[in-house]
Amino acid sequence: MSAQVPPTRMNQQVFKGKKKAADGGFKLLKKKADALKVRFRDYAKSIAETKQHMSTDAANAFFSLTQAEYAAGNFKQKLAEGAMTARVRVGAGVDNVAGVKLPVFTKYETGVAADNQSLGLVGGGKKIANVRVRFMDFLDMLIKLASLQTSFVTLDEALKVTNRRVNALENVTIPKIQGVLDYIARELDELEREDFTRLKMVQGMKAKQMAEEEARAEVDAANMAANKAGDATAAFDAEDDEDVVF
Amino acid sequence: MAEVPKLLAVMGDEDTVTGFLLAGAGHRDARSANYLIVDGKTKTSAIVDKFKELTSRDDVGILLINQNVAEEIREVLNLYDQMYPTILEIPSKDHPYSAEKDYIMKRVMHMLGK
Repeated sequence: MSAQVPPTRMNQQVFKGKKKAADGGFKLLKKKADALKVRFRDYAKSIAETKQHMSTDAANAFFSLTQAEYAAGNFKQKLAEGAMTARVRVGAGVDNVAGVKLPVFTKYETGVAADNQSLGLVGGGKKIANVRVRFMDFLDMLIKLASLQTSFVTLDEALKVTNRRVNALENVTIPKIQGVLDYIARELDELEREDFTRLKMVQGMKAKQMAEEEARAEVDAANMAANKAGDATAAFDAEDDEDVVF
Repeated sequence: MAEVPKLLAVMGDEDTVTGFLLAGAGHRDARSANYLIVDGKTKTSAIVDKFKELTSRDDVGILLINQNVAEEIREVLNLYDQMYPTILEIPSKDHPYSAEKDYIMKRVMHMLGK
């Protein structure tokens, strides 16, 4: 795959350091993924609950509308005509949760004057005002729900990315580093063994040499003794006599 | 980072739209309106067009859509993956809310089911 790393002791240290860093990073990322997962689950639950409430709010809102129609007649058409500027908007803000930036919506009232004040003058004004209130409550809840939803989707993405990084570390990076460490350890062992073997060989040769020399010395000595026994003149060899000193 | 607050768009039956117009969400300018009243005569293509128009505007933050209208353009909704605007499926007077059909609830239930 890539060029092999030279199996030196220094590199062993370098890669030990890398492994430590990778292990540490892996642990941290795993923690982050777990924290995100918990949040994610919370958001999912909130959404499920809120959507149920929404059903009720919606029912109330529509009921008030029916009541208003009863009282004020057909005012819907008048509403859709004429100029229109939004009195209510939503601000798109950002919230930082567990290290992830989540989008949130906040209700924003533009302060534009209500354009359909003339609606209920004939009759049913109070009922129409009630519809307004009900639908504004409904809207508040919907804005909250929208925040939950966008946060949910964002968390989903963040969770996916974090999990991908955790898996990459676990299945690719750390095994690779471990592989290099194993290779270096094996090579260093091998070199040591070679050294050891060479040393042993040298020692063996030296020992053999010494053994040979000793054997030769013995043979010489034995020869000398043998010579002494057979040779008449050997008796006169001066080896054993003490030196005469005048 | 001062951003102009975004609009709330509405696509639904007459009652729904009326209610939200009363609440002040309606906005109509030279370009177009941020709502669409859908009735029995409205063509699906018109709904799809308005949906695409509203979701491509960058001044729309939330799109409220009656669930029965959402059902008509379900394929388009299933492919929707933008962050803004957020699509909220809401019940209408005649069609109560059903969590199974809601596209976001599918993901929520999937998550909770894990």
